[in-house]
Amino acid sequence: MDVKENIAPLQKENTSEEIVVRIQDLYKSFGDNKVLNGFNMVLRKGENLVVMGKSGSGKSVMIKCLVGLMVPDRGVVEVLGEDIARLNQVDLDELRSDIGFLFQGSALYDSMTVRENLEFPMRRHRKKFEGVTDTLPLVQEALENVGLAHTMDLMPEELSGGMKRRIALARAIILKPKLILYDEPTSGLDPITAKEIIGLMRSIQKKYGTSALIITHDVDCARVISERMILLVDGINYAEGAYQELVTSSDPKINAFFKK
Amino acid sequence: MAMALEMIKKTKEFFIEIGDLSYFALRFFKQAATPPFEFKELLKQSYQVGNRSLLLVATTGFIIGLVLTLQTRPTLIEFGAVSWMPNMVGISIVREVGPVITALICSGKIASGFGAELGSMRVTEQIDAMEVSGTNPFKYLVVTRILAATLMLPLLVVFGDLIALFGSSLVEFMKGNVSFRLYFNTVFDALSYGDLIPATIKSFFFGFVIGLTGCYKGYKTGRGTAGVGIAANTAVVMASLLLFVVDFIAVFVSDIFYEL
Ligand SMILES: Nc1ncnc2c1ncn2[C@@H]1O[C@H](COP(=O)(O)OP(=O)(O)OP(=O)(O)O)[C@@H](O)[C@H]1O
Ligand SMILES: [Mg+2]
Repeated sequence: MDVKENIAPLQKENTSEEIVVRIQDLYKSFGDNKVLNGFNMVLRKGENLVVMGKSGSGKSVMIKCLVGLMVPDRGVVEVLGEDIARLNQVDLDELRSDIGFLFQGSALYDSMTVRENLEFPMRRHRKKFEGVTDTLPLVQEALENVGLAHTMDLMPEELSGGMKRRIALARAIILKPKLILYDEPTSGLDPITAKEIIGLMRSIQKKYGTSALIITHDVDCARVISERMILLVDGINYAEGAYQELVTSSDPKINAFFKK
Repeated sequence: MAMALEMIKKTKEFFIEIGDLSYFALRFFKQAATPPFEFKELLKQSYQVGNRSLLLVATTGFIIGLVLTLQTRPTLIEFGAVSWMPNMVGISIVREVGPVITALICSGKIASGFGAELGSMRVTEQIDAMEVSGTNPFKYLVVTRILAATLMLPLLVVFGDLIALFGSSLVEFMKGNVSFRLYFNTVFDALSYGDLIPATIKSFFFGFVIGLTGCYKGYKTGRGTAGVGIAANTAVVMASLLLFVVDFIAVFVSDIFYEL
């Protein structure tokens, strides 16, 4: 407690329990390619926050810094009250068990069955499952949540893109995370399947009360699911607000997002 | 001038690559020595390595034994030394031809397989997904594969040797009326530990090189699906090249021991 306070220059009054994710002054570049240039963001408990940005604007980079998959050049990333940069591997893994991550391309393990895919997060995050000997009911529950209980023994290659996304969603929620990160949950899907996924995301949030950070460039998805939005432009949080506020803005950079 | 610059650049890249590979190897030893150990995955990978290359090793082994014997026969007959055939072919197969041919075949099959597998897992974010799930992907994917290749290659070499000897004895049986029993007895009498031990040690190193380069290329795959093909391809080239370097060193070292 004491050491942390001295080093981390965070405002004390904001460190309430309500804040799930705080990103402060995030910088990340690859060579000459400056991707993030001082991005700021706060996600509160139970909230659905959408971050929108053009392709290549650094949305995935930002979300990867959040779970420690990428190390930022500068800036503070706090998740569930922990400063990511200060955690050792064991603590980082434990923190990750409270975070669900839906990857942009589903990222199902293609050498494993659906069931093995879902069991995979449980093999190391044992602490969360002390006393659980049979993982089958948990797998079943997660699959039922996404309406695909019958696919348990199939291989990913036997599934359609939409089914894969749903299985990936089931895998992301199997640890009952407090926070779910969605990296373009609807990309590459037809509008109807996209709607189904959005529906699932909402029902999961209702059922488990999770906070969600949704990254997308799909305006429809943002409109339906967001309570608050941040527009990522030129590596910073260019604009912030509810969908209705942003859609009526006169700023051309903001407008560009909503033009069909 | 431009050519000289190009050559300097290529040479520089080559040494950087060797440095990276050495670092990767170091990381392997460090990770292989610390728990948790992924025994189940090691078993699975070992089975895969053996299963993938068994038929190919058998076919090439058989043909090499056959051809080697057929082509040596006339010369040996000329010198009236055809009864030395088992000794000559047997020793060259066990000491050099068997290990090198088997390793080359395996580098085409295993190194490229590892490169493609890990490369596609990298590109589709499966490796990231593993990391987020609290499983160390380097341990789970890389350590197991390198160990599997290292442990399985000597077995494949022995298998390839036996098939090659069988091919050779077939020629002797048909052309020289030498019984299989006599042939194999002569071969085993002629072989000493001085032939077997260096060949076996060498095979372990061959396996290690194949596993290492395959995993290295796959794990470091760049963004985009084109990277997967490049990874598989360069893995084979690099592995084959390194195999000859290792072979040269091995022959050199065992030669010193013979002199002692
Ligand atoms: N590992 C990496 N190495 C080098 N450059 C990278 C790496 N990851 C991302 N980049 C670069 O960072 C920029 C942002 O990439 P990012 O994947 O975050 O985009 P994105 O906003 O998620 O776009 P999309 O909507 O297409 O997914 C791109 O210019 C990309 O080339
Ligand atoms: Mg992205």
